[in-house]
Amino acid sequence: MHDSADVPKIRVERVTKSFEERRRKSRHPLAVSDRGEVVTILDDVSLDVREGELVMLVGHSGCGKSTLLNVIAGFERPTSGRVLIDGVEVAGPDPRRMFVFQENSLFPWLTVAENVALGLESAGPGERATVPELLQLVGLSGFGDYYPHQISGGMGRLAELARALAMNPDILFMDEPFAALDFMTRCLMREEVLNLMALLGKTVLFITHDLDEAVQLGDRIVILSDRPARIQQVFEIPDPHPRDVSAGELGRIRRRAYQEMGVNPVL
Amino acid sequence: MNARSEGPSRFWRPVAAFGVLVLAWQAAASIGLFSPKVFPTPAQCVAGLVEVVRDGRLFSYTVASLFRVTVGWYIAVLLAVPLGIVLGGRAALQETINPLLQFLRPISPLAWIPLAMIWFGIGDPPAVFLIFLASFFPLVVATMGAVAGIKPLYVRAARNMGLQGSRLVLRVVLPATLPSIIVILRISVGIAWLVVVAAEMIAVKSGLGFLIIDARNALRLDLVVVGMVVIGLIGIVLDRAIRRLEQLPSLGWSLARQR
Repeated sequence: MHDSADVPKIRVERVTKSFEERRRKSRHPLAVSDRGEVVTILDDVSLDVREGELVMLVGHSGCGKSTLLNVIAGFERPTSGRVLIDGVEVAGPDPRRMFVFQENSLFPWLTVAENVALGLESAGPGERATVPELLQLVGLSGFGDYYPHQISGGMGRLAELARALAMNPDILFMDEPFAALDFMTRCLMREEVLNLMALLGKTVLFITHDLDEAVQLGDRIVILSDRPARIQQVFEIPDPHPRDVSAGELGRIRRRAYQEMGVNPVL
Repeated sequence: MNARSEGPSRFWRPVAAFGVLVLAWQAAASIGLFSPKVFPTPAQCVAGLVEVVRDGRLFSYTVASLFRVTVGWYIAVLLAVPLGIVLGGRAALQETINPLLQFLRPISPLAWIPLAMIWFGIGDPPAVFLIFLASFFPLVVATMGAVAGIKPLYVRAARNMGLQGSRLVLRVVLPATLPSIIVILRISVGIAWLVVVAAEMIAVKSGLGFLIIDARNALRLDLVVVGMVVIGLIGIVLDRAIRRLEQLPSLGWSLARQR
């Protein structure tokens, strides 16, 4: 057993991910070479995440942040480097670490309650919540018998969160979970996530390209550079919630983060 | 998609179309457009129908045909769907087997008749075998395609939840592919019904296909047409029966997605 004091929950160790673009021989007359081009997506990324920390990964679209999360979650293998969780190298996806996807991944042939129940069924032994408890936790009591296509996008995200929580994971990976929602719903979702995390104390890696969301939610913001992604800047945000992201020190961090991303914070 | 009309007109309009067809047939016969020797009149056919109902042939032949279709098609479904699921989930295996399936698929089941008769003799077994062949290949190919086409997100979510083996198949793969599988069940039962008639013209002494070929030999064209009409009507009933499966509540998602 490792001492939790010196072993980080997640350690990303010099991870590089590249692949050869497998193109068939180009029919284009001007093509010089028919050999695939090596594309590097992640370039020597190292990162430690403490237990219970909520780390926001921010970067431009297509910069490789989803790839980084997929590598950490075990869905993809790094080309070099390794990822350690609780000191053990990640070999594949694991029910103790649940991924909440960008798109709706609720099983549409099951009702909301059945989706959550499938999570509970699949969870290992140990103390388990019940389906009604989980639905209540995410504020979906009374919607258990609806099919996913019958509820709104925001409720779908919450149901998916409930299904992920049913597995009682240590870590949640969230890949732009609220990107497809409208602005108001997204703000409500942030509140839900904060309340849930205050209650459950999971370690969370959260991808977003919304800087306000990052400053609002994160204990730490990691800004990734454009492809190949490297860690460009890290902001620690020790401030307790509730936070007013435009005032004082937080406002300053927010403005600096905007500038790091190459966007003007004041228009 | 066109708006569907509601109420009784949805039932009666197709019935009216059938009625018009029969009336046109009768009118053409009345004005002597064709000789009853080459095509019977509706009245002759009704008389022929009454005859085969009375002597019990219609009922026993229909049962015989349905029995062969049921046995052959069920065996095909029970073998093809699991095989399609196994192949669909494994790219390498699929790449190996698929060309073989694609090669066997376009060979008409009727081309197997000589072999079927040598292997299985006469009677039900060769007919059942032909129906099995006719249903099996489309079922395997379509199931395979449906499994390979499952939204990758669902597979990832399932893997993340630690679902594997039979639980993965029963809880995710089968439900995810069920809408496509029901479509191919419909198509394959139609094919099976087409083939049973052809098979019965050769190897057996009962069934609706036999009714037609036997009537032809006796120059009873009215019974030929009665056989055709009954085959068509049973085809509609079979299709309707399978379509009922589409109304399962856990399939609502696939319809909702199309909207």
